Amino acid sequence: MHEASAIEAVVKIVSEEVAKRGAPDALPRVTRVRLVVGETTGHMEDSLRFYFASLGRGTPAEGAQLEVRYVKPQLRCTSCQKLFERKRFSFECPHCGGQGVMTKIGSEFYIDSIEVEEDKP
Amino acid sequence: MSISIELKRAVYEENDSRARAINERLRSRGIFTINILGGPGAGKTSFISRVAERLRAAGDKLAVIEGDVASDLDTRFLRSLNVEAYQIETGGDCHLNAPMVEGILGRMTVADGSWLFIENIGNLVCPAEYVVGEDIKLVVASVAEGSDKPYKYPAAFARSAACILTKIDLKEAVGFDEAFFRSGLAGTAPDAVLLPLNGRTGEGADEIVTWLRSVRERVLRG
Repeated sequence: MHEASAIEAVVKIVSEEVAKRGAPDALPRVTRVRLVVGETTGHMEDSLRFYFASLGRGTPAEGAQLEVRYVKPQLRCTSCQKLFERKRFSFECPHCGGQGVMTKIGSEFYIDSIEVEEDKP
Repeated sequence: MSISIELKRAVYEENDSRARAINERLRSRGIFTINILGGPGAGKTSFISRVAERLRAAGDKLAVIEGDVASDLDTRFLRSLNVEAYQIETGGDCHLNAPMVEGILGRMTVADGSWLFIENIGNLVCPAEYVVGEDIKLVVASVAEGSDKPYKYPAAFARSAACILTKIDLKEAVGFDEAFFRSGLAGTAPDAVLLPLNGRTGEGADEIVTWLRSVRERVLRG
């Protein structure tokens, strides 16, 4: 469900960017949208694709490929300061057994880039 | 010709900027805003009612925004306690967002210098992704939900300044593993405090209010 409002925002941003780059009757065609998704945001790829296909219809994002790059959360050990990926149900550092804490890595959610076809000579 | 355009635009940028505007407006009027997260039945409304009765007894002003997918039961309950409460019924949306809060703020009156409690939809997933104009987020978790919640829903815990642990009178009955819960909280939100509450008796509410006052003072001082 929450992928729907996320994709709504994606489609809006893509439409805005396209509008900056062409007259209303000659907008460039979007062929690709590259999304970066941290895994802690809990956005499922299948769901993102499903909503992208349906909510993109009738917008400049219609027919574009959605590329989703997931980022694994990295924890930082409060003892040895090393970054690591956590095991399920544990925040323990695999290097020294110290307490790991979450970092910003893995909470990303942004449109990295889009690809457009322009009919320029 | 195919060209790639770098955007690096956050998906929730519009929500974030509208939330910032709400927060600035509220803060300029001395209003301290708390966004309350928690699963359904965690005890969010009981937490608010226990804190509200203490704040009011001390002469503080407060208002509550209740978010629910359907029904206004919580709002009616709080109003029955003479708490100024307003309902957002999302009709399906699983989280509150800044435009919804902006909308209801336009239809209610919050006195300058008030506390504003925003009870989010009962859900530990997407409410964590949206700011709605708050100064702080709190996560309410009950012992009955189990001790693994910080491991399963790290984002909700990571963004919260405190975790209110409710239904502590059921600890024994449900076999709550507090050490495991605490270590999960330390991994997701190392700076968050754990504040226990028995919503039925109000035990723990005084300590919560003391903590809330100290945070409010710090935030409003800037």
